[in-house]
Parts: sequence; C-alpha cells; structure tokens
Amino acid sequence: MNTVRDDSASAVISARGLRKAYKNKLALDGTTFEVPTGRIIGLIGPNGAGKTTALKAILGLIPFEGELRVLGRDPRTERDALMNDVCFIADVAVLPRWMRVREAIEFVAGVHPRFDRERCERFLHGTQLKPQMRVRELSKGMIVQLHLALVMAIDAKLLVLDEPTLGLDILYRKQFYQRLLEDYFDEQKTILVTTHQVEEIEHILTDVMFIRDGKIVLDAPMEDIGERYVEVLVNGDRVESARALRPVDERALPFGKTVMLFDGVPLPRLSELGETRTPGLADLFVATMKGTYA
Amino acid sequence: MNANLSVAEGGHAPVAAPHPTHKFALLLRREFWEHKGGFLWAPVIAGGISLVLTAMAGIAGEVMMNRASSSKGFDVNGTHMSINGLDLGMLTSKMSPEDMRQLGGAVDASLLASSLWPIIAMTFVVFFYCLGALYDERKDRSVLFWKSLPLSDRDTVLSKVASATLVAPLIATVAALLTMFGFLLLASLLVSIHGGNPVQLLWGPGSPLAITGHFIASIPIYALWSLPTVGWLLLCSAWARSKPFLWALMIPAFSGIFVSWFDIMQVFNLQSSWFWKNIVARVLLGTVPGSWFDVARLEHVDVDGPRAVSEAMNLHAIYSVLLTPQLWIGVIAGAAMIVAAIRMRRWRDEG
Repeated sequence: MNTVRDDSASAVISARGLRKAYKNKLALDGTTFEVPTGRIIGLIGPNGAGKTTALKAILGLIPFEGELRVLGRDPRTERDALMNDVCFIADVAVLPRWMRVREAIEFVAGVHPRFDRERCERFLHGTQLKPQMRVRELSKGMIVQLHLALVMAIDAKLLVLDEPTLGLDILYRKQFYQRLLEDYFDEQKTILVTTHQVEEIEHILTDVMFIRDGKIVLDAPMEDIGERYVEVLVNGDRVESARALRPVDERALPFGKTVMLFDGVPLPRLSELGETRTPGLADLFVATMKGTYA
Repeated sequence: MNANLSVAEGGHAPVAAPHPTHKFALLLRREFWEHKGGFLWAPVIAGGISLVLTAMAGIAGEVMMNRASSSKGFDVNGTHMSINGLDLGMLTSKMSPEDMRQLGGAVDASLLASSLWPIIAMTFVVFFYCLGALYDERKDRSVLFWKSLPLSDRDTVLSKVASATLVAPLIATVAALLTMFGFLLLASLLVSIHGGNPVQLLWGPGSPLAITGHFIASIPIYALWSLPTVGWLLLCSAWARSKPFLWALMIPAFSGIFVSWFDIMQVFNLQSSWFWKNIVARVLLGTVPGSWFDVARLEHVDVDGPRAVSEAMNLHAIYSVLLTPQLWIGVIAGAAMIVAAIRMRRWRDEG
C-alpha cells in the first residue's frame, strides 16, 4: 500500500506539457510544474492567464492534452478515486442555495469517508451559522465560513482553492487564511491557491508560481525569491551604471529617484547603487507581467 | 463501503479514521431535500384540494337536493332514482346482481377519478424535475460543489433517474391512495346521511383494495416505460446552454413535423403517425402514468361497460406490457440517453 504512494510522495502534482485550447486562445501552453508535499503554493497570474484552467485540469474537470499526475493518479481517468484525497473550493458561493447548514453537514458526512463531523461542528461553533439556516439566507462571508468548515473537516492530501476570498471583506479574508494555517495545514497536506490579492497571501505561501499566457514563468520557493530578487532605490546620478546591470524592471519615483528590480545580481554590487530591499510579491508580479494587457 | 484504504499514516492530523459512506442513499435524500416541494407537497396538496372540492360539492349537492325536495327525483345513468325522500337502504335491497356489478364499476371509476390529481401533479413535477436536474446545478455553479466530493457522475445521474422514476411516483401513489380513501370516507358519510349502508353500497361493490394493489404494482412499469422521456429530458438538461425546455420540446416536435411534411416514414412503409406515437410521444409524454395502457393486452375487457376502467386495471394487463418490444426498445433508448447525459456531465466545462 505504502509503496504505491511513495513515488508520489515527493510530488503531489506533476504536470508536463499541459495543453488546452479554447475556441480563440490557448489557455494552457506547454505548462510544466511540480508541486511537492507539505507546501502552500500560490498560483498567480493576470486574468485569462490560465490559472483556473490549470486548476480544472488538476481536478479532472476538463479534458486536456499532456501528462499530469495528481497524487499518482491521472485526473482524467481516475477522478472518482482521486476525489477521496483532494478537496477544492472553486470560487465563492457554489454551495447550493436551497441547502440547509445541517443538510450540508449530513450530506458530506455521508458521502466522504474522511469527513470528521465533530471537527466541522467545532469550526462552526464560533460562527453565527445555525443548523436550520439555508445557504440563500447567508451572507457571502458566512457561506465561505460554512464551505471552509466543511472542507477543513476533511482529511485530504491536497486542497485546491480558486479565488476563495473573492468578494469578501477584509475581516473574513484574514480569518479565512488564519484558519487554514492554524487548524488545517500540516506537513502531510498541500494547498494550492490562486488569487489576485497577492499581498494578503504572500506571508503564508511557501512557494510561488507565476503563470502567463498558459506558461509558468516563475516557479520558486519564497526563500529563493528573497535571495534572487532585490529592489534598489537608485539615486538619479547612478541610474546609468545601474542600468548596466540589466534590471528586470524600473519605475521612476518623484524627486529623481528610480526603483529598479534585479534578478540574481550579487547584493554587494547593488548596495553600492543605493538602498536595497526584498521586493514584495506584488511588485515582482507587476514587473514580470509587464505588457500583458498591452 | 467505499472506504478508501489508503493509510492515515503519520497520525499528525487529529482526524477520525475513514468511515463507511452511504453515497447512493445520501444522493437520493439530497434530491428529496431539494425537491421536497415537488415530490411531496405538490401531490399532497393536489389530493387535499380535490378532497376539499369533493366535500364542498357534496355539501352543495345536499343543499340543492333539499331545495328541490318537492321535485320528483333525477336520472343517474339512465336509472331513475329518487334519492331524496327515498331510503338508499331500500335501493340496495332491490338491486339485481347485474345492477351491483354496474354500481361497482361506477364506484371504481369515481375512486380512480378521485385519485387522479396527485398523479397529474406528479406528471408535471417529474417532467420539470428531469429538465432541471442537470441544468440548474450548472446555472448556479453548485455543480462545482458536488464535483468536489467523491461522487461519480454515474451515481449522481442515476440517483436523479431513480428519483424521477421511483421516488416521486411512490410518494405520489401514496398521496393518491390516501386521497382515494379520503374520498371513500366522504362518500360513505354522504351515503349514511341518506340512510344507506356504505359497506353495501360503496366498499362492497367497489374494489378499493384491488385498486391500491394495482396502483403499487404499476410503479415498476411506470419506471421502465418513462425511461425514454426521463433519458431525453436529462440529456437536454445536461446539454443545453440555455432554455432546456425549448430544446427538449422543439427537437422532437420539429422532427415530427419534418417527418410528416416529407412523408419520410413511407420509406419504411409506415404512416407519419407511427413516428409521432412511437418517437415523439415516447420522449415527451413518458412521465404520464398509464401512457403504456395503449400497448397493454386488454383482450378480456368489455370496453364499453362501466367496469371498463377497473377491469383494464388488472395485473395481467399491467404486466403484459413487459412482453412488448415497445417497452424494451424504449428502455434501451432511455438507457443510452442516460449514459450520454452522464458523459456530458463528466466533461462539460462550465466557463
């Protein structure tokens, strides 16, 4: 039993050359990546870059070309077995609106072998959700609380989140990720999350992937990001010598200063140019995606 | 039963061991939860309303008869009977065996009529349930929630088929039978008011228990006979991007018109009406209970007498449908469309 799992233990997801074409564009274009166990990976990209398509492929929801193993299985042919170990929250508010809180719990408990009812009820205890309530009576934030409680009570190996906090206020958003970190995540589990709200998740991510036009353009652990990328506040008189080091991005600030982003240039050399700091994920994202909508 | 044996190794997570699941039972309950209004309340309310109307008609009748007490009586089925003023008990004592037989037929016919409303309600409920079963979940995107659970598309669609062909008819049949007995009680009350013996006049000549048995016995036939319609509607429901109702109606209707227009069936030496009856009606009207009556063998039945209806309802006639190719060809066609609907649900990409 264990030996079967072992070859997939190193990589929860391994994708090679994924291709998916919609009518007028390529959503996945040779997409290749690996996701190891026990990580929280952010899949980040502009609108229409193929994030959701990649997730749908991983979840076996759509046909596609290429080689993809999720927990050692092919999601196209072994989806039913796969879903015992994979959970997902696709977008917000996909819980059926007619359902009552109590029915949702009863249903998931009855169909999911790894659902822990007590755990779910514990998660719901501190909230305003009552068993009699119907989903259609709940606010968006409460629906997400319910969905999250259902999903967190499932002992899955891979959790996929597609824009899970879209449309929520900041309180619910913070609470959402806090919950995930405190009560769910451990080294046995892997979380793959897509979002536009880069700033809010960057501190919880262990890895980050940037996707653009169906291709992975950056795939690195967060530690590496700090080492590889440096942002320098360059004084006006040193701009030319800084440019010689080939910054990946530059933007002008008022008072003649320029912020430049360098990839893989040794820190001592950059310190000569001006004040240095580790760039935020958002800055890195903007620099990498420049010209996407041009 | 579906317990996944892949180990909960490590023991880090404070989570219970995998427990057994009851997926199909839960899937059926889920359909019932969502469609309680249609499956349960629609037939119950239809039956209730028909009982209330019957009671009101009974009361109105009493009032009118009291007003007309001076008149001489009225005609029922060509037999002149004067109820008012006349003791109904006297009536029964004077009836010949043939009269009793006729009376029994009339009682059974009215029993069947009284049980009709829950069944009619169910016919519409099942039709629209099938049309929405795989469409609504795509429209409100809740399909993404259902698909996040370890449930196969096959089981999910089959649970909807079972809900349409077995659960809904079973509930509607119970409601119809309760209505029927409610009607019988009301009628008994009226008869006793007029001094008649309800056992002699209604329960004896009529056959409520046989009708009950036949109702229940015909549920499997209903399930099999309705499969082409259920399959077709589910297929439209899984396929249509919008307006599944129009597609489900227009495709068979226009192909029927097309066939009639160009007399295509003549190629097979058949009338156009064959196409309407065996294709169009089968994919659209299969949820109407008793639509299989046409192919049942009714050889021993005197079709003109008042007992026609109740005599047609006998086990032999009901189960003779199982011997007809029409039933089984329909079952195969229905199954094929259900398989197509399952595949459609599996691979349909909702933007």
